[in-house]
Amino acid sequence: MAQMSIAEALRQAIREEMIRDPRVFCIGEDIGISGGFGGAFTVTLGLSEEFGHERILDTPISEEGLVGVAAGAAMAGLRPIADVQYGDFAFNAMDQIVNQAAKMTYMSGGTVKVPMVLRVPVGATSRGAQHAQSLEAFFAHVPGLKVVAPSTAYDAKGLLKSAVRDDNPVLVFEHKLLYGSKGSRSERGALSPVGEVPDGDYLVPIGQGAIRRPGRDVTIVGKLLTVYRALAAAEELAREGLEAEVIDPRTLVPLDKELILGSVRRTGRLVIVEEDNLTGGWAAELAAIAAEEAFDWLDAPIKRVSAPDTPAPFAPVMEQFYVPSAERVVEAVRSLF
Amino acid sequence: MLTIRRFEERCNQLYMQGRIPSTLHLYIGQEAVAAGVCAHLRADDYMFSTHRPHGHAIAKGVSPRAIMAELYAKSTGCCKGKGGSMHVGDIRVGMFPAVAIVGGNAPLAAGAALAAKRLTDDRVTVCFFGEGAMNEGAVHEAMNMAAIWDLPAVYVCENNLYAASTPVSAAFKVPDMAGRAAAYGLPGVTVDGNDVEAVYRVAASAIGRARQRRGPTLIEAKTYRLCGHSRSDPRTYRTKAEEAEWAARDPIPSLGERLKQRGLASDDSLATVEQAVASVIDDAVHFAEESPPPEPEETLQHVFWSPEV
Repeated sequence: MAQMSIAEALRQAIREEMIRDPRVFCIGEDIGISGGFGGAFTVTLGLSEEFGHERILDTPISEEGLVGVAAGAAMAGLRPIADVQYGDFAFNAMDQIVNQAAKMTYMSGGTVKVPMVLRVPVGATSRGAQHAQSLEAFFAHVPGLKVVAPSTAYDAKGLLKSAVRDDNPVLVFEHKLLYGSKGSRSERGALSPVGEVPDGDYLVPIGQGAIRRPGRDVTIVGKLLTVYRALAAAEELAREGLEAEVIDPRTLVPLDKELILGSVRRTGRLVIVEEDNLTGGWAAELAAIAAEEAFDWLDAPIKRVSAPDTPAPFAPVMEQFYVPSAERVVEAVRSLF
Repeated sequence: MLTIRRFEERCNQLYMQGRIPSTLHLYIGQEAVAAGVCAHLRADDYMFSTHRPHGHAIAKGVSPRAIMAELYAKSTGCCKGKGGSMHVGDIRVGMFPAVAIVGGNAPLAAGAALAAKRLTDDRVTVCFFGEGAMNEGAVHEAMNMAAIWDLPAVYVCENNLYAASTPVSAAFKVPDMAGRAAAYGLPGVTVDGNDVEAVYRVAASAIGRARQRRGPTLIEAKTYRLCGHSRSDPRTYRTKAEEAEWAARDPIPSLGERLKQRGLASDDSLATVEQAVASVIDDAVHFAEESPPPEPEETLQHVFWSPEV
């Protein structure tokens, strides 16, 4: 058992999977160049020295091309882990993700599989509107894609391994403020959660959420960074005598609905916290599920705490306003009592 | 070539009779390209096609029964009724579901070629698209990556002079698509796409090069779609004179004449081929007509891959 950051846990997962299965390879921009960064957030640092440049495959700046190459390689027997540096760049590759990778199995009547992983860093980090977006809802909307969002080092390793072994396209959303990247790639204001990560092989199954803190009075669902905002809010609420249950879905597709709905049925209240824009966000989907399937247990309206419907701003003072804070979560919970 | 032509002529009739739903993008006039290229492919070679895929599918060895049943939206179709005309394919003979996003198949083909290079000694990937795709970014990105990694891929651009209704003169400053290959540092060759023997020779070289792991090639086959872009196309953007000029260069009769001149075929032997083709098409139509439609709930299957299938 070692203490690790998420970046280190992801790197260990990739390394172990590449040793386990020679078909696994990484593809992306700046991931393996000697003397380079090891990807935008150091996750693949050092791996090209160990595995060579064929298996840590650097590409031109061609997001649509590289995601399509990953999908095509997956369709023909390899198991790629692709990386788009910043999630915002995934928009360049929307055709390959949404029209190609997500639909090949379906269009082939279930005879073609696309076992690919796409790693997608998200979250606002003082870089302005085009290096900041939270994209989970876009892709959770697309049938044929699995979507995971680990918020701890343990889950990052276990979920990435499950994603590599899955026979479908799996998008792995990673939050830039949670990587714990070191050196010149570290992030100002990062939480850098370091956690215990077992040595060797283990899997976190896709489709299982986790209760991060038990509580009886209100259910707070967060994901990625907002898990930590929810936990901070729960601390504050506990001082006021309100016990919040904090749930981290860990996987958005397929969603562990029963874990969340079971909690809502116990607490009677639901607050959903996410960094995405409010309108049409994942929180809206979860609110709809709760309204349809747990309405009779609800004692108060469902509350969403999201970013406003604006692009992500640059100025740190505005960005702090934009990203949901623990204080906003506390206020939302208080409003339900 | 003849199977493709007669298959699509029958498709057209069946569509007009309301037996086939949806739309159809027919390949009539371009058959020499698919036939000349695919003659060099094995069942384990990969092929990617377009929204106009029937000819590629037949040439690659997908069963006419399974294609026709797919057009009929039957559960015996090559995509179990999930794909339709624009997505026919059968991975058992190396054809992935056809890609109906123009140019979207080019990166996938590079990826399949990358896998073939890593996992096999001599498997190749062929990717067909029209000249319209040459202005899609995905095609540029893919051909560049195919070039820098020396992938065993052959990109076949079927330049039929019109992207839907838009003529090449409105979309290109350069006369030949093959010239763009120079920008990626890979060989580009232009061939008469209505001459199956010429296509066959050019494809032999390009596919041989890929098999020997010497890198990718771009082939531009100049051809002409003798039919409309899709079923609702009155073709008022081009002249009857131009159509007549290309009809005179129809690849199928011209091959028949050539074979007769060389003493390799006679009117009788060609008639025998016609009969054999007709029975294949009749059988495919009968199979499709008799096949059961899918259950509505089959909509919910195959969203994700499962090993039971």
